[in-house]
Amino acid sequence: MSRSAKGASRLQEALATGRRVLTCEIGTGDGADPEDLRRRARLVRDHVDAVNVPDNTAGVVHMSAVAAAAILAQEGLDPVMHVSCRDRNRLALQSDLLGAAALGVRNVLCLTGDHMIHGDHPQARPVFDLDSLQLLGLVSHMTRRGRYLSGRELKPPPDLFPGATENPFAPPYDFRPLRLAKKIEAGARFIQTQIVFNVERFAAFMARVRDLGLDRKVPILAGVVPLRSARAARYLRDHVPGVEVPEAVVLRMEQAGDQRVRREDEGIRICVEVIERIREIPGVAGLHLMPIRWEEAVAVICQRARLRPALAAPVPAAAAPIPGSHGTGRRDSQERSA
Amino acid sequence: MSQAVSGRSTALARVQAFFRRHPRIARVLDRLARPIEIAGKKPIFGCQMCGQCTLHETGLTCPMGCPKTLRNGPCGGVRMNGHCEVIPEMMCVWVKAERRSRWLPWRGAILRIQPALDWSLRGSSAWMNLLSGRVGKGAP
Repeated sequence: MSRSAKGASRLQEALATGRRVLTCEIGTGDGADPEDLRRRARLVRDHVDAVNVPDNTAGVVHMSAVAAAAILAQEGLDPVMHVSCRDRNRLALQSDLLGAAALGVRNVLCLTGDHMIHGDHPQARPVFDLDSLQLLGLVSHMTRRGRYLSGRELKPPPDLFPGATENPFAPPYDFRPLRLAKKIEAGARFIQTQIVFNVERFAAFMARVRDLGLDRKVPILAGVVPLRSARAARYLRDHVPGVEVPEAVVLRMEQAGDQRVRREDEGIRICVEVIERIREIPGVAGLHLMPIRWEEAVAVICQRARLRPALAAPVPAAAAPIPGSHGTGRRDSQERSA
Repeated sequence: MSQAVSGRSTALARVQAFFRRHPRIARVLDRLARPIEIAGKKPIFGCQMCGQCTLHETGLTCPMGCPKTLRNGPCGGVRMNGHCEVIPEMMCVWVKAERRSRWLPWRGAILRIQPALDWSLRGSSAWMNLLSGRVGKGAP
């Protein structure tokens, strides 16, 4: 790769098709061996349009998002690199954005970042030099104006596709759609939401988003998570701020018992049910799966919820994937590598 | 973003031009204004002297009280009861700001995108920074 990639990223192309887009987040791992990351990527690559690479989510340290995204780009995947304002000031952010672009990363998800108080290094100094909106503005500024924040010229400028998040499940609920509008104004070109379990609240949020006409301005992908155990459900509810896990979901996971097959099956069933209900909400452009270090679940969810990447070749009705068969996955992979 | 400050009125532009010509006077007035500003804004708003006041645009709630010093709205970590994710006993600054902004005649101001903070202005007088045109430089 002699220079940064130009033209639309695969995610951008997928969003332009108008079909439902599927993205997925994978863990970046805790070791210096890239093979672990590649293994996770192989588990999801045939099922999604783009792969999100988190940036020390919840303040817990993992491999750098820049490095992980670059490795995925080398593998031929389209990474969505998370950029959090928690750990880096505007100098570091700009140099990382530029470096990532040079390594073939196109999509960047601009986040304020979870506070480290909930992570494994609560003693660390918080940075928060910029917030997510200012970061979106910065990415747009570098891409469109071709300059650093200081005004110095970039030769050539990075061709980045900035995205943002929104959490419909945190107060003040009325303000969330307006904040989404603000993020779009700041430069967001796609949106991935926080984990949806409370579909009613999400539907109310989307109704307001449609009133504001935001769903026509940018594609909105709804975040979904397969739970692995009742313990995971309780952890998400009690220890991850901003995630709403209804009692009914926790109860169902508890009733599924401790046997691994049964609780994992129940977690996937809940996830598929949420996906089916999200599909009925107008204005949702696709889904963002967050399997939280359980990448094996992605294939199962895609099969049970009949999810396909937007850029996959259309399947004739007669040849639609039959539950239990693995034929389509293999065909997709051949197309991807071609 | 600088046009939002400098282009507001010709009177302000004239004052800013005066202080640009006389930076020494601006410095002296800044020193004098600081204690007055702290005395006025600290007890009521918990002012942190960021030097670039947005109180009027954030529902008369100082956003610098936010542990992430967010100036463009609440983060996604606000607890279900409206409290801060970092300091559980504290009400989220932005939940307060959004509620209060509804009572203001200029309630739409909360939707304006606030530029990145200029940390070099920390500790100086926001009033003097406005009058001398030091606010809003180096932001996208």
